Amino acid sequence: MAQRKSAGPPGEPRRVAYLYLLPAFLVYAAFLLYPLVRSIQISLYDWNGNTLATWAGLDNYAEVVTDPALRSSFGHALVLVFFYAVLPLVIGLGLASILNRARVRGLAFFRTVIFLPQVVAMVVIGVAWRRMYAPDGSVNDLLRAVGLDSLARGWLGDYAAALPAVGFIGTWFEIGLVTVLLLAGMGQISGELYEAARLDGAGPVREFFAVTLPSVRGEMAVALTLTVIAALRTFDLVYITTRGGPGLSTSVPSFEVYNRAFQQGRVGSAAAVAVVLTLIIFLISVGITRVADRDSR
Amino acid sequence: MRVSRAERTANYVILVGFAMFALYPVLTILAAALGPDDTGRATSSVLGLHPGNFSIAWNVGHFSSYLATSVLVSTTVVVVSVVFSILSGFALGTMRFRGSTLLFYAFLVGIMMPSEAIVVPLYYDLRTLGLTDTLWAVVLPQIAQSVAFGTFWMRAYFRTSSRSLVEAARLDGASTRRILWSVLVPLARPAIVTLTVLVFMWTWNEFLIPLVMVTSESLRTAPLGLAFFQGQYTQGFTLLAAGACIVATPVVLVYLFLQRHFIAGMLEGAVRE
Repeated sequence: MAQRKSAGPPGEPRRVAYLYLLPAFLVYAAFLLYPLVRSIQISLYDWNGNTLATWAGLDNYAEVVTDPALRSSFGHALVLVFFYAVLPLVIGLGLASILNRARVRGLAFFRTVIFLPQVVAMVVIGVAWRRMYAPDGSVNDLLRAVGLDSLARGWLGDYAAALPAVGFIGTWFEIGLVTVLLLAGMGQISGELYEAARLDGAGPVREFFAVTLPSVRGEMAVALTLTVIAALRTFDLVYITTRGGPGLSTSVPSFEVYNRAFQQGRVGSAAAVAVVLTLIIFLISVGITRVADRDSR
Repeated sequence: MRVSRAERTANYVILVGFAMFALYPVLTILAAALGPDDTGRATSSVLGLHPGNFSIAWNVGHFSSYLATSVLVSTTVVVVSVVFSILSGFALGTMRFRGSTLLFYAFLVGIMMPSEAIVVPLYYDLRTLGLTDTLWAVVLPQIAQSVAFGTFWMRAYFRTSSRSLVEAARLDGASTRRILWSVLVPLARPAIVTLTVLVFMWTWNEFLIPLVMVTSESLRTAPLGLAFFQGQYTQGFTLLAAGACIVATPVVLVYLFLQRHFIAGMLEGAVRE
């Protein structure tokens, strides 16, 4: 962010600024920056949390790549990215363009309702969906009602179905955020663009691909950043619904951090997983923001 | 925009469908919480509803204690981090000084960073200091995280809004402190309200930090209490649902009244979540 001189804050250079910054910076440095550095330090040791730590170099990082349990946890995170980010984006694009095209009544109400999942504690969401996924829960009731009895199962206890079932909760959770975000972007598209497209004889589908989609690329990038990060950070939901099971079928990196650091006494390895996860999240945030910046210029 | 009647009808069907999909899990819990107890415990019914489930969860499930802890934790985190953020955002947004860019980027790191990145050393270092299993261990890390976002948020506001105003006040001889508290803060109220509701929501819903830091039951926050309740109380769903309603209600209520702030804040500034 290169700033020209005139774009900077006004006034003469002021020492008093440090005084204003001090309280925030002290807490921030002590409880966020310092632990972040300590994470990196701990990740270079073999440590069970109690006895003396031994130097391990990059062994813990090598383990992230070689350990099948860790590798699969990152694989699961990738599956969650599909459910948290890709699916909601596709659905959100559809919903938002419907809302934007036809000025429907009750838009404010719809927006309130569809955004609601975002403010409900993940633990509560987990409790609700666990009930719905139970063998006698409403998901199976629905399947039986439409004649798909063979699909009914205990979703969260099934090796093949548990991960997509958890992911689908993420889809439910993120649709509202993505839709509202895209809707805001589409509201700013000038009506003339649509008029022009219509004069060229474009139908709703052509109109969507020629006008709507290119205009909301910035919003799509923001939506992807938020949802991809949410997918990679998934912890609460897995803790509440499956605890990583059955077996390791829904274990994700955040859960491995918790499990290794506080259940298995493999603190160094946990820190290494945390550092790798954080790096991936940083790279994705910076990367997607860059792409969005280039688009908007 | 002209749209045919058939398309309009189809659109309404789709929208109602998605609205029901979004609400269904929430309503499942609400219905179960208000329904007859599924373990056969007798509760009095009012118009076919059983509000008594809430008082059982409140007392037997200890949700009164969990809620009290959550109120204490959220209030502390919100008040402290909003005040600190106003101060630091003011400095970064309106003053010129050495290292301001570097400090800004330092705070930016905290916005993107997940709790997982710090929770491991935080636990072991705070344990060395004897601070684990106290509210300090729950509150301080969350203030640090909120201050990162808050500084970013208030700086953006102070930068765009106030240059000529600050100059004018300064020419009138107002002190820096007065400029901030009597001129800028009253104008910044919408931005401050948005920051307040977001920090409240994040703190109320936070799960990992209390899970790691707290072992005593008396210090459990509402979401943590619910998670443990789910593990212990495995017969029936009624009380669990009532507990879930109690945990979710405060944020949902604030959302219904101030939804504009939630939506604007999460869309414009929420790189953090």
